Amino acid sequence: MPQLEAVHRGLDRRAFLKSLGGGALVLFVAGTDSDAQESGGAHRGYREQLPEDVAAWLHIAPNGSIIAFTGKVEVGQNIRSSLAQAVADELRCEANALRLVMGDTARTPWDAGTFGSRTTPTMAPVLRKMASTMREVLIDTAARGWNVDRNSLTISNECVFQKGSGKKAGFGELAARVDWVHTIGKDGLTTAPSDWHAAGISTPKVNVRDIVTGEHRYSTDHKLPEMLYGAVLRAPSFAAKLTSADTGQAAKMDGATVVREGDFVGVAARDEHIAAKALQSIQAKWDQQPQISQSELFSYIKQNTESSRPGRGARATGSVEAGLRSAVKTLRNTYTVAYIAHTPLEPRAAVAEWNGNNLTVWTGTQRPFGVRTELAGVFSIPEENVRVIVPDTGSAYGGKHTGECAVEAARLAKHAGKPVKLIWTREEEFTWAYFRPAGVIDVSSGVSSDGMLTAWEFHNYLSGPSGIDTPYEVANRTIEFHEAKSPLREGSYRGLASTANHFARESHMDELAITVGLDPLAFRLKNLKNDRVRAVLEAAAKRFGWPDNRRTSTTGYGLACGTDKGGYVGCCAEVRIHPDRTVQVTRVVEAWECGAVVNPEHLKNQVEGAIVMGLGGALFEAIDFANGRILNAHLAKYRVPRFNDVPTIEVVLLDRKDLPSAGAGEIPIVGIAPAVGNAIFNATGVRVRSMPILPAFVAQVASA
Amino acid sequence: MELVVNGKRNTISVDPERPLLWVLRNELDLTGPKYGCGEGECGACTVMIDGVAHRSCITPMGGVAGKEITTIEGIADGERLHPMQQAFIECDAMQCGYCTAGMIVSSVALLRKTPAPSETAIKEALAGNICRCGTYNRIVAAVRRASHNITASERSEHHASA
Repeated sequence: MPQLEAVHRGLDRRAFLKSLGGGALVLFVAGTDSDAQESGGAHRGYREQLPEDVAAWLHIAPNGSIIAFTGKVEVGQNIRSSLAQAVADELRCEANALRLVMGDTARTPWDAGTFGSRTTPTMAPVLRKMASTMREVLIDTAARGWNVDRNSLTISNECVFQKGSGKKAGFGELAARVDWVHTIGKDGLTTAPSDWHAAGISTPKVNVRDIVTGEHRYSTDHKLPEMLYGAVLRAPSFAAKLTSADTGQAAKMDGATVVREGDFVGVAARDEHIAAKALQSIQAKWDQQPQISQSELFSYIKQNTESSRPGRGARATGSVEAGLRSAVKTLRNTYTVAYIAHTPLEPRAAVAEWNGNNLTVWTGTQRPFGVRTELAGVFSIPEENVRVIVPDTGSAYGGKHTGECAVEAARLAKHAGKPVKLIWTREEEFTWAYFRPAGVIDVSSGVSSDGMLTAWEFHNYLSGPSGIDTPYEVANRTIEFHEAKSPLREGSYRGLASTANHFARESHMDELAITVGLDPLAFRLKNLKNDRVRAVLEAAAKRFGWPDNRRTSTTGYGLACGTDKGGYVGCCAEVRIHPDRTVQVTRVVEAWECGAVVNPEHLKNQVEGAIVMGLGGALFEAIDFANGRILNAHLAKYRVPRFNDVPTIEVVLLDRKDLPSAGAGEIPIVGIAPAVGNAIFNATGVRVRSMPILPAFVAQVASA
Repeated sequence: MELVVNGKRNTISVDPERPLLWVLRNELDLTGPKYGCGEGECGACTVMIDGVAHRSCITPMGGVAGKEITTIEGIADGERLHPMQQAFIECDAMQCGYCTAGMIVSSVALLRKTPAPSETAIKEALAGNICRCGTYNRIVAAVRRASHNITASERSEHHASA
């Protein structure tokens, strides 16, 4: 769609509409609305004449095609469907009557990226406002054309019509008559959740047929004429420097191009088999540096904390010291979390094609515009020469913010003079991507004789500040996140540190409840005023049939609750301890609330998926590393949840039509780890304060 | 070498050591089977060879000459989806969809052998398939639904012909 690239080269609005083939166009200008500036607005990567500050646009062509354009990307969280539902709602049509163009830097407006559970609270309202304007414009146009009162007109099935008179016009016909661009801002109108018709109900994924037939083309599946297949030489350990590389044999292989630029050595060949063989034939020598190992990780973190300045997100009220003094019982414990890998089933992949000084890359990333900036920087070309296209991607979970694979594919393609596809191997994905940060969390607390919190001190080292605030009432508290040096490359992850912080907080709350002899549910409710947290906790406990004293030495029950990013979670878990001390999570009930529900079935699916993914980090996922090498960079060694690990899962959705919808891709993950840890304690009396739980549980049982 | 894929005969000349997955994807443009690990640990590359599920990423070309290979692209009956594909849609049994082809092919192979598998048998048969999005329970529900629908329609066909 080269004519759409024109918009980035300075056409005015009118010309832009013409480039789209005329019709009706609504632009959303972010203006000063900070939420909306996540797309469009001041953060744009380079100067674009038009559309300046535009966050999204919606176009209806004279032929009736309805297309919404957004820079967000689909990675399995189902926003292609939920955003279509939002537009359909306002246009009073069905979600499959329209199309979304997403994550294409030449065709969609600038966007910061798809992360932080932001799409539903920010992009959905933007699309709704554009679509409601579009609807009103179409009605006005029909009313003027027929010279009738607009209030006598109705809209449905992509038509405006007048009941009784038989007057009727399709969206395309009206759009052709509109032939104009409307610009709106944050004050656009949206339909209240109570009046939704296309949203608020379950619909299948809009492109589900392509998924089940294998027709959908992920980045890994993209193919171009003359395309070569790439492979990249990797260092034996992190931070190793290449001292020599003998590529003579590789260069002689049938149709292989060898590329060397500094420490980068790669090959491109006419098939992946030749590329792999050529790569294997390269004799390289490396200068390796000593590195930190897993065994010294947590002491390393504590010793490498940036303590000279106050922790980020520090908040303090009252006096923790005084609170601890007034307590009848105090508790002080340390919790740890390991590095874990996102392990998206589709590894990083890119297809790069050069056309003179212009570069196009198809790649699965959560930040197409960020990757565009990265590519432009590496190859010293203007950003407008780079186009990044993100096909709906084989998952990300916060793991695909960066463009290293895109850069490598583009480097190979530049030298080979032909398009190159590069798919990272699973081992590369495990080793050279980034990890969810490990961390150490220190908690001290005090509680009064009647079971009320008197003091709460919480320090998170390295893992992150997300979800660090406690929802419980406590007058004396200090909560701080401390940055520290990370031995491994770290980055985003589903829910970020919210999982670690919830694990520490909710495990500690359980320990406190036991210390004062209260039921864990009763103790939490006693200290909890936040209505939304209370509601999910009570809903989960009710559905679960929260036991008073049903535990046996082989079955335990645990619960946890929390909130972050506008989502509220209450989670109950049942675990069974087998005679050989293996642990099986047998039943999970999770209550979830994130405002008005957009697509109940997809939402349940997200919550279930988060629970399953969370189980991996809770029980057994951990990156093992020593001296700059990842020791378990294979699926046979890095265990992820499989069919037999998955318990019965019941999801209770609390639909709050009176509240704006928040995202749900992340926060349903935070409750499962502490709920399971608490259940294991309930059955065995063994308290595990580290994630993953199982290795520590086995060690603690053995040493007991 | 002769390769029969989804009922179509192909003559290709490839290194016998080359894994079937890459020949399907890169030579025959059948990109439904996915690369997930290259070590037979995730099941995303699953295809049927003579009706039995195999990991195409660790299946050398040398061993498949003349055998019937079925990929996800050959599961539907023209425009009509296979009941397994239909069941995956009805159960919303995917998120990103990257594992789906392998899950469906593995499940179709299971029902060929065991038309009415128990939940345990389904989990057993699919133990080697990873869904990182965690839709496992939905996949089990989809396989059960497909199994039920297939046996029900066979029963009604049987009644109709009797």
